[in-house]
Amino acid sequence: MFEDGSILNQLLVERLNYFIYVVLLLIGLWAMIAKNNLIKKLIGMSIFQTAIILFYVSIGVKKGATIPIYLPEHDPHGSNLVTDSNSTELTAHGPQVLEASLVSGYTNPLPHVLMLTAIVVGVATLGLALSVCLRIYRGYGTAEEDELLEKLEREDARNTGGLTRRRPRSRRPNRNKATNNQSKRSASFESSKSQSPKNKNRRPSNSKPKVGSSRGSEPTENNKPKPRRRPRKLSARKPGENKS
Amino acid sequence: MSDHIVWIVLFPLLGSVVCALSGAISKKICYPTSILSMVLSVWASVQTLLQAIESPVHEISYILGGWSLDLFPRGVGIEFRADLLGALITLVVTGVGLIVALYSKVPVQRETPGKEPMYYALFLLQIAGLAGIALTGDAFNLYVLIEVAALTGYGLIALGTNRAAAATFNYIILGTIGASLYLLGVGYLYLKTGTLNMVGIQEAIEAQALHNSPAVQVAFVLVLIGILIKMAFFPLHAWLPNAYCHAPTTTSCLLAPLVTKVMIYVLIRMVLSVFGVEFSFESNLWTEIMPWLVVVAIVCAAVMALAQREIKKMLAYLIVAEVGYMVGGVWIYNYYGLIGSIFHIISDACMTLCLFLGAGIILEKCRTTHFDGLRGLFAKMPLTMIGFFVGGFSIIGLPPTCGFFSKWYLITGGMVSERWEYMVTLMFSTMVMVVLFFRLIERVHLAVDESGKNLGKGHGDLGLSSEQTRFDEAPLSMLIPLLIAASIVLIVGVYNQEVVDQIEVFLRAYDLPTGVTYK
Repeated sequence: MFEDGSILNQLLVERLNYFIYVVLLLIGLWAMIAKNNLIKKLIGMSIFQTAIILFYVSIGVKKGATIPIYLPEHDPHGSNLVTDSNSTELTAHGPQVLEASLVSGYTNPLPHVLMLTAIVVGVATLGLALSVCLRIYRGYGTAEEDELLEKLEREDARNTGGLTRRRPRSRRPNRNKATNNQSKRSASFESSKSQSPKNKNRRPSNSKPKVGSSRGSEPTENNKPKPRRRPRKLSARKPGENKS
Repeated sequence: MSDHIVWIVLFPLLGSVVCALSGAISKKICYPTSILSMVLSVWASVQTLLQAIESPVHEISYILGGWSLDLFPRGVGIEFRADLLGALITLVVTGVGLIVALYSKVPVQRETPGKEPMYYALFLLQIAGLAGIALTGDAFNLYVLIEVAALTGYGLIALGTNRAAAATFNYIILGTIGASLYLLGVGYLYLKTGTLNMVGIQEAIEAQALHNSPAVQVAFVLVLIGILIKMAFFPLHAWLPNAYCHAPTTTSCLLAPLVTKVMIYVLIRMVLSVFGVEFSFESNLWTEIMPWLVVVAIVCAAVMALAQREIKKMLAYLIVAEVGYMVGGVWIYNYYGLIGSIFHIISDACMTLCLFLGAGIILEKCRTTHFDGLRGLFAKMPLTMIGFFVGGFSIIGLPPTCGFFSKWYLITGGMVSERWEYMVTLMFSTMVMVVLFFRLIERVHLAVDESGKNLGKGHGDLGLSSEQTRFDEAPLSMLIPLLIAASIVLIVGVYNQEVVDQIEVFLRAYDLPTGVTYK
């Protein structure tokens, strides 16, 4: 079953790292698209980025090689100092290029160094995304995407409908517009919308990982008004009221 | 003095540090600091552009950290390289940054009170990131700078209302997928070529004949999809409209003209300089598929723009349509298409800037950008509306504006490659834009009720009350940048040949079909 050249051998023995990275990548992508909870989406995002880190670390692996610091016998400084009378200051003290035959004994440090940067970028993204989540939760009282979308839809319809004079005539196209926007968003929203009834039944037992736990149970969230949004909207309506 | 190229990025970077720290002492120095660092940065990018034009190879190279090419092989150390394309785009980025920095005084104070230091710090970091994208010659460094620009962009958008924060979340998810796919693609390239330097990758692909290597082809697809997400190409555009429409005024003025255009620059850079013309256009299927995707993208975005009843949202969909133009200009694969595409990056940045500055002023004065709030606005704010419609005419493509000339080259390119579907789509989209802007002009000049009926009696009576016709222009700190942007649209249009000359010098290095040899 695992003889040389078979596909299973290639996937599970020779290239196990790459196989795992692809699986992780797809898990992350699925979580980002299909999960309803915003925090779970972010966990998916983290898995996605970690999968890429695994890929880079895998391509830097070399069997039987040592860390990329000069071995004593290769060190151009110290006991093996190259004293070349012609060499300038910079070449004598700066890093030296080793001969090609010696290089194979060292691993390539570059992929790992790149991943240090990528980890930093990932941490920054995650931190920013969590703070945005917190703001969404404070503003709308929910971290579930379907509820959030409902509230956003209502808010958008109110904003665009607030200015026109004759309500019944102008409202219908505006509401259509809001629903149009809804369908135009990414596939993630649509898929999450289709899931929504299932999630609604499940939610009371399903404790939310971060934001939910601090806020208590469901009814308080729904009763919670949107605090900061109101004053701005009132001021936004003023010119319309003056006109009519 | 060949290190101007580094100062382009360093001035905004230092400025952002000053802004972030000085906020504790006095918030008033943030605005002058940002303007000062932007002025210096524009000066440095003008110098770089002039040096690039004068130099015999039309290229300025600077290797950070003193890893000079004399002592070490190429690929050791991160290289900043400005060829003519990079230098032009850098000048656009810093120029737009300066104009928006001038403009930012009133809206930033109103929309994010108390957060000015952080806002300006992010603002300058954003420009540093975007200018860095245009300058860097290292594929991984490009990823880092894309993320710098993206992260600061998320922050700038989320500083607005709660609605903006909700839109940002979507942007973060999609933006991270895009950047990560790009990173993965760079990984595959590194696996095959052993270098991250863009010139090095190109040389390795040529030398080792990697055109048929599956790894390089996977890398191409991953990089391409990553960039297409980042530039909001039509089916992948979902993050853009809400993010730009609900963002604070200054943010949308800065991001809308720059982010998508800089990503198209990255696409051109990848296609021409990294993967090479032969690999990108001749040895795979994309050349057949992409023009049709572009057709779908432009038509859908134009129709969606037509459905909007709010200026900012309409402009956001216009950006998606314009992205389609430029991607199409690249993938119809000929000399004129690429000239058009590159020139359209420049002119689209100018005209989008113009439109968003105008929309920002309307929002500031009327507190709404809904179409129904525009009634008789021309009498109230004539200068603003003139500036706004110069941008609008440029989007339509009326002759003295720069939009006409870039569209001209794009259509020529479509004709030379015999991509009739692309040409027809451009025409169709132009018609849609005519409808969009003339509908606005009607509302701005006349009193029109919801059903489109004119309430005026004619002979100078527009049906407006005296209060609506009273002259009430925006503050000068907002008006002057708008008028500068509008005049730039006209100047770039009139002197288009000077810009196109430089683009032609850049493109001559690549082996592109011009159509003349075939006919």
